[in-house]
Amino acid sequence: MTIRESKRLWLACGVGLAWFLLLLWPLLGIKPDGLEFTATFKVFGYVAVAAVFIMFFYQVKEAGYLDAVGTPAKQATNALSRAYEKAPTWLLLGIVLAAAVVYPLVTQRYAHDVAISVLIYICLGLGLNIVVGLAGLLDLGYIAFYGVGAYTYAILSINYGLSFWLCLPIAAVIAAVAGCIIGYPTLRMRGDYLAIVTLGFGEIVRLILNNWMSLTNGPNGILSIPRPELFGYEFRSLSSMYYVILALAVVTILAVYRLNYSRIGRAWEAIREDETAAELMGVNTFLLKLLAYAMGATFAGFAGAFFAARMKFVGPESFTFLESAMVLAMVILGGMGSIPGVILGVLALVALPELFRGFELYRMLVFGGAMTLMMLVRPAGIWPAKRVGRRSEEAD
Amino acid sequence: MDFFLQQLINGITLGGVYALIALGYTMVYGIIQLINFAHGEFFAAGGYMGVILISYLSSQGVNPYACLAISLVLSMGYCALLAMAVEQLAYKPLRQASRLAALLSALGMSIFLQNGLMLTQGVYDRPYPTEITSGGFEIGAISISYMQILIVALTAFLLVALNILVFKTRIGRAMRATAQDKVMSALVGINSNRIIALTFAVGAGLAAAAGIMVGLYYGSVNYTMGFVPGIKAFAAAVLGGIGNITGALVGGLIIGMVEIFAAGYISGEYKDVFAFIILIGVLYFKPTGIMGENVDDTRV
Repeated sequence: MTIRESKRLWLACGVGLAWFLLLLWPLLGIKPDGLEFTATFKVFGYVAVAAVFIMFFYQVKEAGYLDAVGTPAKQATNALSRAYEKAPTWLLLGIVLAAAVVYPLVTQRYAHDVAISVLIYICLGLGLNIVVGLAGLLDLGYIAFYGVGAYTYAILSINYGLSFWLCLPIAAVIAAVAGCIIGYPTLRMRGDYLAIVTLGFGEIVRLILNNWMSLTNGPNGILSIPRPELFGYEFRSLSSMYYVILALAVVTILAVYRLNYSRIGRAWEAIREDETAAELMGVNTFLLKLLAYAMGATFAGFAGAFFAARMKFVGPESFTFLESAMVLAMVILGGMGSIPGVILGVLALVALPELFRGFELYRMLVFGGAMTLMMLVRPAGIWPAKRVGRRSEEAD
Repeated sequence: MDFFLQQLINGITLGGVYALIALGYTMVYGIIQLINFAHGEFFAAGGYMGVILISYLSSQGVNPYACLAISLVLSMGYCALLAMAVEQLAYKPLRQASRLAALLSALGMSIFLQNGLMLTQGVYDRPYPTEITSGGFEIGAISISYMQILIVALTAFLLVALNILVFKTRIGRAMRATAQDKVMSALVGINSNRIIALTFAVGAGLAAAAGIMVGLYYGSVNYTMGFVPGIKAFAAAVLGGIGNITGALVGGLIIGMVEIFAAGYISGEYKDVFAFIILIGVLYFKPTGIMGENVDDTRV
């Protein structure tokens, strides 16, 4: 990096920091009883130190001083990924599955709780992955299907006393029907318009859940939903519930894997890459896009029914737009269309923040910032899918 | 009949506010084809800046009307700076990237700004000082508050100012040229990056004005206040034909009317549903909106 480039970089950094101060001070410094400076400069100080440190690090890296550390690290990652390629898949999967089965035996209640939410989000993320990652339809109202599944189990079990195992497929079917209802009018749209319409549908579903007092009990939600039962054994403890969702997650992973490598999966990918071309090649885009919505919604329905049983309570505030954005962020962060990617994305966004409980207030702030940053530096995700191209209209 | 007229007046007031927010969406979409999800947050930030400045200035003994005027100008400036910063950081590096990446970046920015507001201003509603908003008069059985007149007058003023900016000045001509064809306008010497930043600034300024008016109208602001009006304003922009300034005004008025009449005659709880249904219906049957031109297939 030349001195001139470096100067420009530092100038940009300085302007950015000054701008940040200008935006920050009015928010923190103007109080009804007078002007204040300490709080602003404390926050500004932290940010400025972090920014200068990052800039310094970046320059050192660009100058090549870090190659002594970076090259061996890169070699190690390469060796690791080669070992991963060579190792038989069944062995790796066996290890992961065994670890997942043993997990509740060696951990505490709090860890069970985190693991259960991780697994719920894996089901949701993989379901959304079908719609967004495989078929390329941006869905911002996905959480509505989760809500439909949860309420289906809640209402059927409270009013009619149906068992969890019977409600599970019913919830999935009703969610899939909801997926078709929402999917049908959006089939003619693409890109941004599709996103905004699905967002609208998601909000409509939430408003209905919130206001249909006689069916959903409105904002109060539905209480004391029973836990599942199997041959007289009630899944009362958290660890037994963990196994239920583990089974559901494994089924979801297998199903999504099989779908991905089926004719349907390939057709979805063709639609994602170039819808017009796919149609010309004889892909029935209408039916397949509808199917993508229905399949995605099915898994959300499963996850929703489990969620209702696990919390013993459902309320409309669990199904807000922010939840949709969270699930979408998991899919994007991990890598659209890639199953291990989505699982990594879920771990990054559900399990990691648990480690930083002390900073809980800042969680969503960091989350939003990370989402933007991720798009800027690595738009394909942590573990990108192997078969991804660029949409024809975006190719340069 | 009285009820109808009363609702009509309320609808115009609300519609004017939606139109102001919708203008920002429509201008940004017109120029870079991006749904700026963070636009609702500019609106909320404007509302907060308004309450912060009005409470500070009135505690310093400034005349309430001067207070309002100064706060309005300063918050519009503040949101313009905020929007330019967001544009530089989150959108400019993604000009060549896929549409999905830009959309998600915008979504991330929206969450970031919303939580930034929450962390600095707290989770509770922040009340607006009421001395400016109180008062009004009655014609027959219809009551009109000074606040409503102020909102309609200010909306009209800002719309006229925007029209002059866009259709009568060099900057406006550059904006229209950039919206039509970025490459060609760059060839004739228009700095498109500067024009895009300016468009963001103008849109955010209008949203900030809308934020203050909503704060005054409802008496308080909250950090989540940007989301639902943001979506409704987007619906208004789409309804009017996205990229079209007059369309945004018409769309805003229609959405405002529909919401108020639905709340008055059908059901208050489901009033938000109607805005979404209109949005979906318009996109389904006439995606170009009421006043939009035909958009080619790759755009929608």
